Amino acid sequence: MSTGTAPSGIRFDGVTVAYGGTVVLDRLDLTVGPGEVMALLGPSGSGKTTALRAVAGFVRPAAGRVFLDGRDVTQLPPHKRGIGMVVQQYALFPHLKVKDNVAFGLKAQRTPKAEIPGRVAEALELVGMAAYADRHPRELSGGQQQRVAIARALAIRPGVLLLDEPLSALDARLRSGMLAELARLHRELPDVSILYVTHDQVEALTLADRIAVMDRSRLQDCGTPEELYRRPRTEFTASFVGNANLLPVTVAGEGAVLLGDRPLRVPVEAAAPGASATLCVRPHLVGLGDGPNALTGSVTEVQWRGSTHRVHADVDGHRVMADLRELREPPAIGDPVTLHFATEDAVLLPAGAGAGDPAGVGP
Amino acid sequence: MLVHSRAGKWATWAVFLLLIVPLFAVPLLVILAASLATNWSGAFPSGPTVERYAAATSGDSLQALTTSLVTALAASVLALTLGGWAALAAASLRTRGKRLLDALFILPVAVPSVVVGLAVLVAYSQPPVLLNGTRWIVILAHTVLVTAFAYQSVAAAVRRLDPMYEQAAAGLGASPARVLWRVKLPLLLPSLTSAVGLCFALSMGELSATMMLYPPDWTPLPVQIFAATDRGSLFTGAALAVVLMASTLLVLAAVSRIRTRASYR
Repeated sequence: MSTGTAPSGIRFDGVTVAYGGTVVLDRLDLTVGPGEVMALLGPSGSGKTTALRAVAGFVRPAAGRVFLDGRDVTQLPPHKRGIGMVVQQYALFPHLKVKDNVAFGLKAQRTPKAEIPGRVAEALELVGMAAYADRHPRELSGGQQQRVAIARALAIRPGVLLLDEPLSALDARLRSGMLAELARLHRELPDVSILYVTHDQVEALTLADRIAVMDRSRLQDCGTPEELYRRPRTEFTASFVGNANLLPVTVAGEGAVLLGDRPLRVPVEAAAPGASATLCVRPHLVGLGDGPNALTGSVTEVQWRGSTHRVHADVDGHRVMADLRELREPPAIGDPVTLHFATEDAVLLPAGAGAGDPAGVGP
Repeated sequence: MLVHSRAGKWATWAVFLLLIVPLFAVPLLVILAASLATNWSGAFPSGPTVERYAAATSGDSLQALTTSLVTALAASVLALTLGGWAALAAASLRTRGKRLLDALFILPVAVPSVVVGLAVLVAYSQPPVLLNGTRWIVILAHTVLVTAFAYQSVAAAVRRLDPMYEQAAAGLGASPARVLWRVKLPLLLPSLTSAVGLCFALSMGELSATMMLYPPDWTPLPVQIFAATDRGSLFTGAALAVVLMASTLLVLAAVSRIRTRASYR
């Protein structure tokens, strides 16, 4: 059992999980360093929650090993792993007061009786819930319950904290508050490794040191938020982390591609001329008017979003989105339009099996 | 609300009372009236007396009441332990094992209680386990009969229990035993108390299996009621019945107080 807040970490080594013949997690290799916040980001059914449950010990891998703090815990039952876990529905014990909920893990780990009240107070203080120690969970709001759940997980001073969609049951305003709270908590507990499962790219971009992007039971991509956002390696990452224009192009030569028969300059990538590839440009990096890499077409949709206008244009049958700073005279649908992007803002990706339209809302 | 108009509501109440009063209220009220009567030859009883209650709560009758209370208490606690244990165990079994346990525990309900009584009598009338002629055979038969109900109601509650509590507790380092005692059983407490109440009530009223095997020194109250009615002492039987009813209700009320205090949501 890991004691105190000694540096810890999580390592997945070829972890495969299958339910009745269906593989829900396929050969996951991933390391979360001591004190690192790793977000597992993916749509529902991507295997991200399964990966977290494999760390907690609630699912047993069909193959591969899970290491905590360098120790192989694959065969250990959940209660011998010494991890803290917070789930979407809080799972506070309804029959226990807040302070007894927080004390539960300490009692289970046979912490000396004299230490328990102090540790409970400390954990509740950390999440700003000290005033509610004598309440029952049913008397608290959703956000307060989630704070108590976090305090309960942290009271046992785990080396690893698992967060399974911890904010998705909260409304939008509370969520952004809790997001800041979680960031603060991590600054105060720099040694705790955090595995954070979410389908929300904003949460992942805000909190994580690194993001592991999952889709269809597999790890698709892993890197710092900035790497994934600025230099995605796959179409899926490009469309799931932030919005993206994904345009099918043909490599024409050194630093040049063709969109249909329209030549575009892109950063040099090693690709043979004639090969097909996908060009990724973020909508907010697309400008209005003529410039290098001009794209001419007609406006198909204009959305006013307060500080920006999102303009959809049809360029030779391809949809191109541009997020433009609020326009004084926005174009009308059907108007001819010229858009452009800078060469260094484009990323050339290997042609994928069609990752579909950009997902989610813009950051 | 299903019925909106005022007239409709009145009509619904009238139909409800028309069905309920003759079916449930009248028989119970007649028992109550009879228990207080000395003579009943017209439409209404006459000569109110409480003499029968004096007899019904002393001597043999008092003995029978204690016998019933002890039997019901022992049987319902045993049934809750056995049935509850099996229900908790069934939850962690695979489909086939679960079905087997479900079938096993529905058996005493499916088999007529006279048959259960006879079976218990035949099984324990000979060494090595000779219970015939002792109070234990009555308690055993009652336990067999009511365990099924304990199993059913606890199993239903276990199915409704969200596994996230169990997992949260295990994640915090609680051993399976601690999870059971500190999380699952407290969360199941409302269903456990209602199961024990149901078992108690069923055991208090059990007659047919008891008739097959009660020894002379362990005569539960229903047997006394039957005997009194059988020899024509209808009013004595009625008084005993009221005592049985009242004591059962009293115990159930006490149990439901625990239940109210134990429900959290």
